[in-house]
Amino acid sequence: MITKRIIPCLDVRNGRVVKGVNFEGLSDVSSPIELGKYYSDNGADELVFYDITASAEGRALFTDILTEVAKTIFIPLTVGGGINTLDDFDRVLKCGADKVSVNSGAIRDPELITKAAKKYGDQCVVISADVKRVDGVFRVFAKGGRENTGMEAISWIKSCVDRGAGEVVLNSIDTDGVKGGFDLEMLRAVSDVVNVPVIASGGAGCIDDFVTLFNTLPKVDAGLAASIFHFGEVEIPELKKVLQKNNINVRL
Amino acid sequence: MIGIIDYGVGNLFSLKSSFEAIGEEVFVSGDKNELAKADGLILPGVGAFEDAANKLRQSGLDEFVKEEADKGTPLMGICLGMQILFEKSFEYGEHQGLGLLKGHVVPMEGSLPKELKIPHIGWNSLHITSTDCELLRNINEGDCVYFVHSFYAQGCEDSLIATAEYGKELTAAVAKGNVYGCQFHPEKSGSVGLRILSTFSEISKQTR
Repeated sequence: MITKRIIPCLDVRNGRVVKGVNFEGLSDVSSPIELGKYYSDNGADELVFYDITASAEGRALFTDILTEVAKTIFIPLTVGGGINTLDDFDRVLKCGADKVSVNSGAIRDPELITKAAKKYGDQCVVISADVKRVDGVFRVFAKGGRENTGMEAISWIKSCVDRGAGEVVLNSIDTDGVKGGFDLEMLRAVSDVVNVPVIASGGAGCIDDFVTLFNTLPKVDAGLAASIFHFGEVEIPELKKVLQKNNINVRL
Repeated sequence: MIGIIDYGVGNLFSLKSSFEAIGEEVFVSGDKNELAKADGLILPGVGAFEDAANKLRQSGLDEFVKEEADKGTPLMGICLGMQILFEKSFEYGEHQGLGLLKGHVVPMEGSLPKELKIPHIGWNSLHITSTDCELLRNINEGDCVYFVHSFYAQGCEDSLIATAEYGKELTAAVAKGNVYGCQFHPEKSGSVGLRILSTFSEISKQTR
């Protein structure tokens, strides 16, 4: 039986993981390499590295770090942030990334998805969408959630999948950081229209939120979170044990 | 020493790194003379069957792989590299494989329950169907490995050693003599995957 995936997301700026973390046994908690290995050794099914660097120097550093991570971690790696061209795909795939997540780059140029899917395969292209309710309608936001594109989100995501995106990361801006649970309504709306894996992001505050997610929406394939894992509020091995007790299939 | 066959298909970085991580000597090459020095050979592959099979032929490595397999050199195909070991594939048409294993490759589309997503992507548990296979001797029933594929091998009962359940029992690993194949990606399957690669290395050294 295929398992539900638990995915920590690491935001990297200028070669360091942003948002301090606090783990025993890690000498350098801001090292993407050490933290990546920690998660890999502690039950993460996949890792997402998000490059939030603005400078070219930071980008080169990110690429070097990614290479190091890929040399030490043998689970799937997804990379996002600053992906605007096929050359960007090429750059991170050569460093050992398995999947590439596009967000603003696809909003600017949806053809990027089509071209990347053709060149690298659908399974390689992840559409990451930041979505927020505006007057009761789901809207796509760009630039890290700062700019309302005005596009209706569900049809936008479906069009990305039709272009060849092989996976969807749905980040609800409405629930992000609130720690009151995933945005089940939004996730349901997306799961109903696409037939590729959907990864829930934004809102997880405790183990029960993951149980509720997978029990309520069996079509959702994975749960992604950042700070609750980084701060040790939810530990992945414990989370997976609870999921298993609730008859949700996980990799232990 | 393990030789990874480079015929211009896919990214071999993770595969090479994973052998290095378990302390195995490994090299990537498209040169027959170099590859002939390896104790064991890995045939990787991602993408489309037709394109990959053509590239293997154009590079002349198809004959080399067959000769090495006939000589008894341990050979392991991974993902599309496993599919190429079979007689043929029905991935968008009909294409010849190497014919080292009996069986053929067919699309999931139309043969799986409709509610299942294609590709089959993610971690799935292995059901070991043949306990006397060396390749999986360090693996337990139910261990999870990472899959990404839209086509699968069938008609390969004589080489089948493990399956994964996804609407039906899909071929996950095969072995026949010195020829092995994994549909999943051992280089992306955490410690379980590394154990499989390590076992393949041991088999290769013993055979030498």
